[in-house]
Amino acid sequence: MATQNLRHALFCAVVTLVISYPILGLNLEAWGTNVVLTGANTTTVISVLLAAVAVFLFQLFRDRIMGTLGKLPPISPFANREPMPQAKWERLKSAFLTLLIIAGLIWPFVASRGAVDLSTLVLIYIMLALGLNVVVGLAGLLDLGYVAFYAVGAYTFALLSQYFGVSFWLALPIGALLAATFGFLLGFPVLRLRGDYLAIVTLGFGEIIRILLNNWTQLTGGPNGIGGIPDPTLFGMEFGRRVREEGNTSFHETFGIAYSSEHKVIFLYLIALVLAVITALVIRRLMRMPVGRAWEALREDEIAARSLGLSRTAVKLSAFTIGAFFAGFAGTVFASKQGFISPESFVFLESAIILAIVVLGGMGSQIGVILAAIAVTILPELAREFSEYRMLIFGAAMVLMMVWRPQGLMPMRRTHIELKKQE
Amino acid sequence: MLEVKNLSMRFGGLLAVDQVSLDVQEREIVSIIGPNGAGKTTVFNCMSGFYKPTGGQIIFDGQEIQGKPDYRISRMGMVRTFQHVRLFGKMTVVENLLVAQHRHLNTNLISGLLKTPNYRKREQKSLDRAAYWLERVGLIDLANREAGNLAYGQQRRLEIARCMVTEPRLLMLDEPAAGLNPAETRDLNQLIVSLKEDYNVSVVLIEHDMSLVMEISDRINVINQGRPLASGTPEEVRNNDDVIKAYLGEA
Repeated sequence: MATQNLRHALFCAVVTLVISYPILGLNLEAWGTNVVLTGANTTTVISVLLAAVAVFLFQLFRDRIMGTLGKLPPISPFANREPMPQAKWERLKSAFLTLLIIAGLIWPFVASRGAVDLSTLVLIYIMLALGLNVVVGLAGLLDLGYVAFYAVGAYTFALLSQYFGVSFWLALPIGALLAATFGFLLGFPVLRLRGDYLAIVTLGFGEIIRILLNNWTQLTGGPNGIGGIPDPTLFGMEFGRRVREEGNTSFHETFGIAYSSEHKVIFLYLIALVLAVITALVIRRLMRMPVGRAWEALREDEIAARSLGLSRTAVKLSAFTIGAFFAGFAGTVFASKQGFISPESFVFLESAIILAIVVLGGMGSQIGVILAAIAVTILPELAREFSEYRMLIFGAAMVLMMVWRPQGLMPMRRTHIELKKQE
Repeated sequence: MLEVKNLSMRFGGLLAVDQVSLDVQEREIVSIIGPNGAGKTTVFNCMSGFYKPTGGQIIFDGQEIQGKPDYRISRMGMVRTFQHVRLFGKMTVVENLLVAQHRHLNTNLISGLLKTPNYRKREQKSLDRAAYWLERVGLIDLANREAGNLAYGQQRRLEIARCMVTEPRLLMLDEPAAGLNPAETRDLNQLIVSLKEDYNVSVVLIEHDMSLVMEISDRINVINQGRPLASGTPEEVRNNDDVIKAYLGEA
């Protein structure tokens, strides 16, 4: 036992050294035309060694350390409690969501401009994650190319506005519907695949869309992207300093207030908020509808579901299409917020982050996903001072999360339909 | 109403079902019996569309259905249960029955999102139907429990109820009595007969419990090693020498 422990600990320490020394210690430096490999300075070497020693000690005494940790009282006072009855839980959930929305409404008027801008991004991610939650969490289809639909939504708006001068409000439904169409078309050939195979094909689809956008230079501008995407208007009122389009008025002149660039940011934020709330409500409703039950049934036992006359393709397609629809929604808002989009914004990492949000939040759980979207978007911003290590911190947070709470922040609690007793 | 002609199913080099024929009339209980591995469940899988048979015909209501997708066949009114209970374990008992009524409740998305009166009416109707069948199989008190937490016998009955809410015309039961105690088997016995008598459902039954089979079957088909061995009324089958040798054992 002891020797095995020692060997394991030594192995871990060596792995730590092998991994961290090249990453932290070796630098490529340009000397004129040559590239020179330079070694690490002493501090780095010492810290790498210290880390290896720490790993070694932890692994050596792992059982004892984990044993003591296990005896500590649980951090959360809510642990090991009886689950509360469904009615109470529902009320609590509704109250929490209402509070969240109210807080969201007040937020832009108290926070700084940068914070509001970031919150808009959070809301976009909430929409995306809620949409993906339908596909992954409810229907149980692993989709690694979700960002493709997001891209479709964003590019639809960008292209429509560039070539036809279509406004945000018209592009919003068009973008969402087009993304849904793409979801539908992709779903047809793909959904007979299962599990890993489905994941790989969707991953490929995501890349195809991105590469297409990157290379179809005449239409999309390729890697240069599309700029000058108009901001949304409020009943024909624009938020810029000067009116860009004939017939529109500007917001600050109409109300006779001084121009402020903050108006636009706040307005965009409010649009995103409203759309996110709509997304959440629609999906919440869908979960209680026959479609939602069919998604779950198919996820739980596909064979039984089929034997009851549920068409596998139709049910999966509906999940895929609805998920894509909301991604298109989010994409349109994103394009409008950035004012400029390029294929850079729709790389695989985005899909991975959205998926991470869903998994972290607890698959199928709306509140969980919302909380996770907030955490995942804001965490890298907070960790900005760690600069290049922030992804590392992000990764570490994910690993810890999966170790301690693999079911997610707020695991899904099914809302059951109750059969009332008839007298 | 159902006719299976010369059904064959080959898995690579293995001929699991070889030239099996059987037919089911309206309001009839037909059993398929045979030793383990004889190919009974394979016949079921072919009939319900889970396998595409390699040979032969299956005719339901004058329509050839072999090779049709499973959900189509189920929607035509041929619904099956499984040898190992397949419930949606995390859903409640009622919800299991609601899922089964998916296509009866075939409302479009918009009316569901808006909760139109028509939608509510239909949902209430399917709840009522679910309640009716729960009452019928004696699970009404457990309606809001998670299906996965029910006792085994209750799960069996729920599976049958779940089939019945789809209003089938032909019910295929794959070893419904497996794992039941004698009292539960008796209840099941009565239930199956009543499905036939009161709801005009034909039943195809795979079962090893001979007392059940002999008591309720109108006709019995015996399969051995994928091939049909004998068929006829319970009386005829019981006295058939081949059947006794292959399956029932000499008494």
